[in-house]
Amino acid sequence: MTALFLRDLKLSVRAGGGALIGILFFLTIVAVVPFGVGPDLNLLSRIGPAIVWISALLAALLGLDRLFQAERDDGSLDLMLMHETPLVITVFVKCLAHWTASGLPLALAAPLLGVFMNMTETAIGVTMLTLLVGSPAITFIGAVGAAVAVALPRGGLLVSILVLPLTIPILIFGVSATYAAVHKPTPFLPPFLMLIALTLFFAVIGPAATALALRNTSD
Amino acid sequence: MSEASLAISRFSDLANPTRFLALAERVIPWVSGITVLCFISGLYLCFSTEGDYQQGETVRIMYIHVPSAWLAMMCYTVMSVSAIGTLVWRHPLADVSSRSAAPLGATFTVVALVTGSLWGKPMWGTWWVWDARLTSMFILLLMYLGLMALNRAMDDPSKAARVTAVLIVVGFVNIPIIKFSVDWWNTLHQSASVVRLDGPAIDTEFLRPLAVMAVAFTLLFFTLHIMAMRNEIWRRRIASQRRMAARMVGREE
Amino acid sequence: MYLAAENLAARRAGDLIFVNASFRLTRGEALILTGHNGSGKSTLLRVVAGFLLPEKGSVKFSDSQGRTDRRPSEVCHYLGHRNAMKNELTVAENLRFWRSFLDDGSQAPTASIEDAAEAVGLGSITHLPFGYLSAGQQRRFAFAKLLVAHRPIWILDEPTAALDTNADRLFTALIGEHQKNGGIVLAATHQSLGLRNVKELHMKCFAGVETEVWGA
Repeated sequence: MTALFLRDLKLSVRAGGGALIGILFFLTIVAVVPFGVGPDLNLLSRIGPAIVWISALLAALLGLDRLFQAERDDGSLDLMLMHETPLVITVFVKCLAHWTASGLPLALAAPLLGVFMNMTETAIGVTMLTLLVGSPAITFIGAVGAAVAVALPRGGLLVSILVLPLTIPILIFGVSATYAAVHKPTPFLPPFLMLIALTLFFAVIGPAATALALRNTSD
Repeated sequence: MSEASLAISRFSDLANPTRFLALAERVIPWVSGITVLCFISGLYLCFSTEGDYQQGETVRIMYIHVPSAWLAMMCYTVMSVSAIGTLVWRHPLADVSSRSAAPLGATFTVVALVTGSLWGKPMWGTWWVWDARLTSMFILLLMYLGLMALNRAMDDPSKAARVTAVLIVVGFVNIPIIKFSVDWWNTLHQSASVVRLDGPAIDTEFLRPLAVMAVAFTLLFFTLHIMAMRNEIWRRRIASQRRMAARMVGREE
Repeated sequence: MYLAAENLAARRAGDLIFVNASFRLTRGEALILTGHNGSGKSTLLRVVAGFLLPEKGSVKFSDSQGRTDRRPSEVCHYLGHRNAMKNELTVAENLRFWRSFLDDGSQAPTASIEDAAEAVGLGSITHLPFGYLSAGQQRRFAFAKLLVAHRPIWILDEPTAALDTNADRLFTALIGEHQKNGGIVLAATHQSLGLRNVKELHMKCFAGVETEVWGA
């Protein structure tokens, strides 16, 4: 399984800019927002954490169809299905590799974008923390959509549509944890713990449902 | 058909599409009749009761809004049960059931949202407000539409059946999570007015028309569902005959 | 050790492709599937490999100790129409990955990357990115994947597609050697592979007379 993890990481770096395009997209959205809402610094710092989170969510969703499409196209998915390791574990490792290559960079790029949105240091730090904790959840539950759409010719957009409602709780708790840390009175821990709980929960049902869907799309 | 009897003697007989069609043929007139009766009596009761002292006549929209919302949820439950039927027992009609229920569920959700919006306009002055329940309904609508889009995009019914079923079950598991998070989000951003969408308290006088309308809506759903399943079975028959014709031509050469 | 299938029938996209396919193979035997396009050769191979659940019948594998609890797919190599190699990685990286991913923990002898490349006649170019190779070379390296990890059963779907006659003979030699070592081979092919100890299963076109679920 380490071999699979390392191979997927290598591919993300080499193959047609998969991970980097995610970061670029992330940057683009955050860059576009001030053009839409105006350069009022107070407004930007107020909506900053939310915009960073939404952009990260969209960038993560758009990268999801890369998860299984290439494997299916060249036949590697068949060999993974045949393997004696339970497919759930293989899928889990692939999701982890995908997150390390796409989700983790998004979380690490957040401070730069936080500066564009005129966020305070606390806000930037907490946004990065919540993104680090919450973006794996997006990958895990997004994998289900990726597996479902793998058999479709232009599945990319459909994946995003299917997965978006499922990721709304992640967004809600991520942003409210961030805002709670910035505006002192509201408690930070409850939404943050909910976020961690979501990640753990999706880490289980995501790969399980994905494995089930993958077995059923092979024919 | 070689079998003389089309009687449904066991539940498993429903697995045979032909038997199901025969059953549907017999049941649909009755169920539609009862549905119409329920609606007539329900609507009569709706308009004969007093308007609410606070909200006036507009409270009558509740008699359509609340049952629609219940039906939207119940429809997803029916779809989830069908999805489990597809995954666990590979029941051939389970997929037909969930596929035909999706547009119905979407329609009920839209009705709930539109009536909720119409009800809200006189009360809050805006067409839309992000209160917890409407927001949850909206997310449910997105899920229905996504499933409908997926159904259209996949042309191989047997493969699409199981894959869609996985997504339906994952969605079903997520609905409590979504509901909880939306409620949380709403209390976080609580606006000054704490107006509940179904009025301060439901008096028994309001309860009776509401109950009748709820029953009427449920029966409407079942009628439409059976009709939709029948259509879907016919659609698959046509597709299968066409494929057979194509293969026959291939053989003759 | 044997691989047996009994009365297999399979559907694809709702159409019944074949019925009553049966075979039993023991060590060193090969099964060649012949038939027109569309007669179900690939489908049968995919059923044995475990991707497709058969409509009827079953596939059983029993290893040399007589245990029958393993799924056939766990003990098979599958070489389908596609090569299962990544264009962005070098040949060596591809083979190294499959070598460690497909490692089945048994102590059976496997070829090293270089030996496998030599065996398919392309020993000197394992450092090149896979995407730069010609179709024939890619096919040969896809075959090399079968040599770097050990599986008793080889399932090959048109293995010699895109190859010239030299490479044909090479493949025949490698398959023959696998048989000599006690392996089992199933292959679907248009061309004769010139193997020994071969059974043939001719797939007839099936007219779909048996009614399917949605048939009137």
